[in-house]
Amino acid sequence: MIWNPQYECQESVERKLLQFARLKNLVMTLYSRVPFYRDKFDAAGVKPRDLSSLADIAKFPFTVKDDLRETYPYGLLACPESEIEEIHMSSGTTGVPVVDAYTRYDVECWEEGMARTLSGAGATRHDTVQNCYGYGLFTGGLGCHYGAKRIGANIIPMSSGNTAKQLMVMRDFGSTIIASTPSYALFMAEEARETGYDIKSMKLRAGCFGAEPWSENMRKQIEAAWGIDAYDIYGLTEITGPGVAFECECKDGMHVNEDLFYPEIIDSETGAPLSDGEKGELVFTTLVKEGTPLLRYRTRDVTFLARGNCACGRTTAKIHRLFGRTDDMLIIRGVNVFPSQIEHALIEIEGTDPNYVIVLDRGATHLDEVELMVEVKKELFSDETKTLETLRNKIEGVMKSKLGIQLRVKLVEPKTIERSVGKAKRVVDRRKI
Amino acid sequence: MRIQQISVFLENKTGRIADVTRLIANAGINIRAISIADTADFGILRLIVDKPTEASEAISKGGFTTRMTDVLAIEIPDQPGSLAKIMEIFKETGVNIEYLYASLEKDCSTAVVIFKVEDIEHSLKIVAEHKLSTIDSF
Repeated sequence: MIWNPQYECQESVERKLLQFARLKNLVMTLYSRVPFYRDKFDAAGVKPRDLSSLADIAKFPFTVKDDLRETYPYGLLACPESEIEEIHMSSGTTGVPVVDAYTRYDVECWEEGMARTLSGAGATRHDTVQNCYGYGLFTGGLGCHYGAKRIGANIIPMSSGNTAKQLMVMRDFGSTIIASTPSYALFMAEEARETGYDIKSMKLRAGCFGAEPWSENMRKQIEAAWGIDAYDIYGLTEITGPGVAFECECKDGMHVNEDLFYPEIIDSETGAPLSDGEKGELVFTTLVKEGTPLLRYRTRDVTFLARGNCACGRTTAKIHRLFGRTDDMLIIRGVNVFPSQIEHALIEIEGTDPNYVIVLDRGATHLDEVELMVEVKKELFSDETKTLETLRNKIEGVMKSKLGIQLRVKLVEPKTIERSVGKAKRVVDRRKI
Repeated sequence: MRIQQISVFLENKTGRIADVTRLIANAGINIRAISIADTADFGILRLIVDKPTEASEAISKGGFTTRMTDVLAIEIPDQPGSLAKIMEIFKETGVNIEYLYASLEKDCSTAVVIFKVEDIEHSLKIVAEHKLSTIDSF
């Protein structure tokens, strides 16, 4: 199913003209309305008039995650505050959130992007979409919700967790499309088997899986466990949330909604643009966003771009399944976490020397399990177990509220944490994806 | 009187108690009373020794986290009812106990009970008022 053939199957020349017109409009808007960008342009010695072709975008400065932190909350607004109708956030590197502020039109474009995404997985108005992405500040829940509404499907806003109820609803209401993290889909299948559900008699036929890295191997596992087609989807809060890129039935890369988002691949060391097919850092420019438009936003995701007509009929560029990241961001149960956030949170807990290591694993449950090992220094130590247990619970509580993930704190002896050349190794990732 | 106890943080790993006791032995220090508090993840080893400062130093140098705490050491006759009598006094006078453990004296006629109390000044006053036999080293 192609939701919007006009844009998804557009001739390459026409698309480039459209992108250029939109990009020109964007740089002018940023220069005239966003002091942050005006300063950035001036510092780089570029003016909106320097954009005379799409390739000229390379003359313009990048936007990075820290720029969003420094301009929190409304420093990147390109429209009057009264036009903003919705706010979403995800975690920044230090605990200051990254904000996406949507106007009515921005929400409409988000719906459009997600309608295309769900259609890519074959969804129509006759489908029942069970949405297991979390509702709230996280873009996954509402983004998927809006997309399903746009195509006129029946949407069940389950949000994340409560697996027993998820399975009951899936069976009783005959959900045909599921949207969740891939690891949660595997976890649910396991639970369904253990609690005696007859998976074959379920009506589920496809799933849109994103918000965390996964592999072809996991795709095979999910498809076999549920008897469905599993599609990879891509998005990030900064750009809009989900709905940026999605797989079609060819399952060979994710189609970028190029009329809305302009993709580039760059060398993450030098910032130089790379050609199609070359692996590098993915950069996005929002072409039509009104609230918080971004120019050349460095996603830190590593992939490559492939162009050419797809067998599905779409002509949009595709990004390959992500290869990894150029920074130390972790994705834990779909939540973005930076080791630096853990460090900041630990410093805030009185007396806690932030000597820690975070151990990630995926056990029999297929879900991410997180253990935070914290060294017990002299200042923290007590002869009473209850004091140490209180400390442990406090750290767990602070991490839950600051990072939004449940982790298990283990107090360990000093110097247990491996140090390599004076610098401690902060992350041990044992997950096999 | 009060006596100094050394506490040592231990992860639940095989051989950690052996490592601590070896450090103490190598320093030529004698352990007089010992107890361990265990949880699912970690343990706290509590020790009364003849030379607390030296012992604490030796254990810390071995890479362990240690802490010195003032505790009460009360000598009681090794016979039925001795501990009950003291506990009743503590109950009536509001001495709140965090934990306790005991050790027998060499001649086996008396036992030494180590108390970690919530308010050591208050409990010392009670101990004096009731003329309980305390020791400051053993």
